[in-house]
Amino acid sequence: MAVNLLGAYQPGTTLLHRMPAGWKLVALAVLSLLTVVLRSAATSGAVLALAVLLLVVARARPATVFGNVRGLLIVLALLAAYQSWQRGPEHAFTVVGALAALVLLATVLTITTSVDELLDTITAALQPFRRIGVDPERVALAFALMIRGVPTTLEIASETRQAALGRGLDRNPRAYLTPMVIRVVAHARATGEALHARGISDDRSDPTD
Amino acid sequence: MNRRNPAVDLALVAGFAALIATVAILPDIKTGVGVPFSLQTFGVLLAGACLGPVRGFLAVCLYLAGGAIGLPIFSGGASGLGHFTGPTAGYLVAFPLAAALCGLIVWRARRRRTDFTLVFTAGLLSSFLFIHTLGPLNLAWRADLGLKEAFLIDTQFFPGDILKNLVMALVATSVHRAFPDLLARPAVSEERETSAA
Repeated sequence: MAVNLLGAYQPGTTLLHRMPAGWKLVALAVLSLLTVVLRSAATSGAVLALAVLLLVVARARPATVFGNVRGLLIVLALLAAYQSWQRGPEHAFTVVGALAALVLLATVLTITTSVDELLDTITAALQPFRRIGVDPERVALAFALMIRGVPTTLEIASETRQAALGRGLDRNPRAYLTPMVIRVVAHARATGEALHARGISDDRSDPTD
Repeated sequence: MNRRNPAVDLALVAGFAALIATVAILPDIKTGVGVPFSLQTFGVLLAGACLGPVRGFLAVCLYLAGGAIGLPIFSGGASGLGHFTGPTAGYLVAFPLAAALCGLIVWRARRRRTDFTLVFTAGLLSSFLFIHTLGPLNLAWRADLGLKEAFLIDTQFFPGDILKNLVMALVATSVHRAFPDLLARPAVSEERETSAA
């Protein structure tokens, strides 16, 4: 199964693409707070309009937008139906409109910001926490190992499934989950030993972070 | 906890984050009852049961952070911060806490061999204490539902959850049998200073 490791990011040069990731995160947080504090149909309408406008500015492909939040949108559709039936369409719009707007705004951020840039932002934001033992470089390394680890683990998963199929045990989740997890642990240990041997991630601060 | 080698700890945290991602996006994990569903919570509690409270908590946080920054690793290949602003965000926030509690119970109560019943109980308790409380509470708040309605909606996840905890306990006990030193025992955690040489 192919996984697009770029995630939902769409490279581009729009205004939103050029805006620093930190600003976008702060703006998203502020707008989230606003919808909670000012709960009204007007707020929901305004934020929803803003979200749609920004999606257009970012030249977001509809397929990408829906692909990333399909499950959430289904939940919201059900919720809208339920709230309309219980308390009328206006109330439903106030509640569900705000949620949909936030989901779309967050998607704007996801589409216009590369994973690398967000990682750099996280690492920079963690710098002040050095004093309490957080090591931003270790966090960045953990992210890198995880990102690299997803395709590897998918491969391990499909191999162990094939092996279980071969033994006629494909209906038994244990038959492939157990070997899969054991291989993941073994692989992680080997990776850790290799890092250790190269003196990467040595013991300077709290080891688990 | 076992602090022999911080690099191995780091790799295990990253490895389990990738494992949770994998089981969350695999499309058709068969559960043996013919109903395919996401094994996301299976992965979350497994991380706790295998790695203990600290590393388990960090593995789940890393997984969530990866999804938040846009890696397509949430259930069904979704991603993005929208999942943290939506009505289902309570479930995500509960995941690392549930992993930590599950890990703490397993790590504290372990005897010479990790016992299936213990892991199953730890997983189930953690699910109900965190996932099935924070999930519906946030749903009630953000979706403006009554508490009763939200908790009723949440009950649909019970059967799948019990099943996933069963499988999780089976897998975790096998993993501990294969790697007896994966979780140091609390009694020896202090003496085992880093002998990284």
